[in-house]
Amino acid sequence: MLKQIEGSHAMAEAIALCRPEVICAYPITPQTHIVEGLSAMVRDGHLTGCEFINVESEFAALSVAIGSSAAGARTYTATASQGLLFMMEAVYNASGLGLPIVMTLGNRAIGAPINIWNDHSDAMSVRDAGWIMLFAETNQEAVDLHIQAFKLAEELSCPVMVNVDGFILTHAVERVDIPDPEQVDAFLPPFDPVQVLDPASPMSMGAMVGPDAFMEVRYLAHHKQMQALDRIPEIAAEFKAAFGRESGGLIRCYRCDDADTIVVAMGSVVGTLKDMVDTRRAAGDRIGVVSIGAFRPFPLEEVRNALMGARRVVVLEKALAVGMGGILASHVRMALRGHPNRVYTLIAGLGGRPILQPSLNAFMDRVAAEPHYDVHFLDLREDVVEAEIARMAAERRSGPIAENVLRRVAALGQMMLPDAAVTGDRP
Amino acid sequence: MNQTVKFYQTGTLTVGNRLLDPEHRTVQASEERSNAITCGHRACQGCGEALGARYAIDAALKAADGNLICVNATGCLEVFTTPYPETSWQLAWMHSLFGNAAAVAAGVAAAQRVKGRNRVRVVAQGGDGGTTDIGFGCLSGMFERNDDVLYICYDNEAYMNTGVQRSSATPGGARTATTPAVGEAPGNVFGTGKNVPLIAMAHNIPYVATASVADLHDLEAKVTRAMGIHGARYIHIMVPCPLGWGSASHDTIRVARLAVESGLFPLFEAEHGVVTSSRPIRRKVPVTEYLKPQKRFAHLFRPDNPHGADALARLQAQADENCRRFNLLRAEEGK
Repeated sequence: MLKQIEGSHAMAEAIALCRPEVICAYPITPQTHIVEGLSAMVRDGHLTGCEFINVESEFAALSVAIGSSAAGARTYTATASQGLLFMMEAVYNASGLGLPIVMTLGNRAIGAPINIWNDHSDAMSVRDAGWIMLFAETNQEAVDLHIQAFKLAEELSCPVMVNVDGFILTHAVERVDIPDPEQVDAFLPPFDPVQVLDPASPMSMGAMVGPDAFMEVRYLAHHKQMQALDRIPEIAAEFKAAFGRESGGLIRCYRCDDADTIVVAMGSVVGTLKDMVDTRRAAGDRIGVVSIGAFRPFPLEEVRNALMGARRVVVLEKALAVGMGGILASHVRMALRGHPNRVYTLIAGLGGRPILQPSLNAFMDRVAAEPHYDVHFLDLREDVVEAEIARMAAERRSGPIAENVLRRVAALGQMMLPDAAVTGDRP
Repeated sequence: MNQTVKFYQTGTLTVGNRLLDPEHRTVQASEERSNAITCGHRACQGCGEALGARYAIDAALKAADGNLICVNATGCLEVFTTPYPETSWQLAWMHSLFGNAAAVAAGVAAAQRVKGRNRVRVVAQGGDGGTTDIGFGCLSGMFERNDDVLYICYDNEAYMNTGVQRSSATPGGARTATTPAVGEAPGNVFGTGKNVPLIAMAHNIPYVATASVADLHDLEAKVTRAMGIHGARYIHIMVPCPLGWGSASHDTIRVARLAVESGLFPLFEAEHGVVTSSRPIRRKVPVTEYLKPQKRFAHLFRPDNPHGADALARLQAQADENCRRFNLLRAEEGK
């Protein structure tokens, strides 16, 4: 059914259609509206057969989820940013125990300095935790990915994280097609766990594994993710057959045939990039976009095949590995190892800074002249960083960065956002 | 009773004192009873925790008619019962992390509720580190939600699994690897630490009790009582650790008994925040009788320690205060 609906509420409706049996909730912006929506549905009787538990921390949220999933209940939770870090130990534990928990991550920056706005720092901090990590481009896809996530998680006994951009998706009101319950029931069978805590058939779960087998356990976890490389597109195809629309999959290419330049990105910014591609194509620039739908497992082969024909690949990412550079860009370089394409790292949108068409276009106009081995930052305030770098160079002990930058900005009365964002100018 | 008691274990059956005359046998000797932990675990000789856990979980199993799921925090108990690739547990058992046993158990309980498995009960257990320190947030959350979980803390008053470091359950004056018996104030700092049974009571949960491996019948009765109640329940069991306390392996029960009889570890029950019973001390002993067999307190008795007498007086004052607070001396006074 088509609805004009906030992204979080659309996701809540989709999750309810998946008939979760235990939901554990702890509030953190920007995922909070999802669990609020689910709590209302449990209370008013729309979602029956479900225990909704308000816990005291994210660490407890995922721990409760671990217990209920191990005891055979379909389990859901959601978090973001600091909350994900607070539950980090349980994040690794859930995948190590092979529990098919589905968790939404309302992607948000990580402090300090504290920042509630969108980027992908939180997701990137758990990239090696053994979870399958999917990224939604639109709220429609966010809805669809949750339905696919439960199927994938339960088939592979592996937790799945559905990444949705904080605010940009979670708080955006737009048209979303919410599937019918019968459709979802037909697509997603009830949870039938392979291994369950049951007094009638006692077993020890989570026992210690020593040097004699730990390597094998980890190897097989990797093998399972490689299996997911097959299952993710198959499930997306099954989804299309059942629901009639494309959602999910490993990667998606937009106007990549014959492209000289391909931009690679994840999440909602792909929509912005598609608009940019249309504009530039109209002006004769042979450019396309590859959207990474599955970051874990990372589809090296598909990415390589999609990018091989391009002379130039610009990886736009909303995260920064401090002291190293791009994260997604490193993955793309791994996919293209041995090939002569030039891969550019373009860090953009950190802490919710808007990613604007004029800035993107300006970068694309000059990209051929830019060094591909540097890390590029979109809309970085050069005056602010240069002044701070000069100050740091002048003092032997330079002290923390954030307060110095704030002091300078306050003293100069500067706005940190690019002018276009402040004034709302659009091309 | 002059019969020599032989304790030995063969196969998977705990034989124990089945060699005694029937009237002298304890419940543990019955071939009918369930055994939560079978032989083959790697606990140290004289481990109070292994004993406490076996009796507590056996009693819980019996009360639940076998329909029990147990969640275990990281720690000695988890490590010595599941040496790869074996397990000593004869019931549905799960270990997740050090600090989340109460939350995992709450999740297991939620799954039983939603699945309509009303007869299945849930127990969580951990040591004092996993309970009073790193697991405290999850424990308090489980309490305040009144989740249908019995949480059992086996308190040996320090982090024994990692090599005897101080926890918030370590008593004042005690030597641990992180409160060494050197310097101006040797041993653990007085005036620190937390009393989790009292904090549990402050959550107004239906049942809180303390127990000791020195009185296994009392321990079993309390576990049975707790299993008869739904909602969040807490039992705090003192389990001496010969390794960490520097006591003789054969003295585990004696040391545990002296802790009770000195008043340092009061045995009581509370319902909905109110103390409903306490176990009277029949012959109160000075705390020094409890402290002396333990090397962790040896520095308090050294003549060259100028603070020893003061530390002993503070520990005695704690014991006296416990006696007053829980009215433990009523039997002695009634003589």
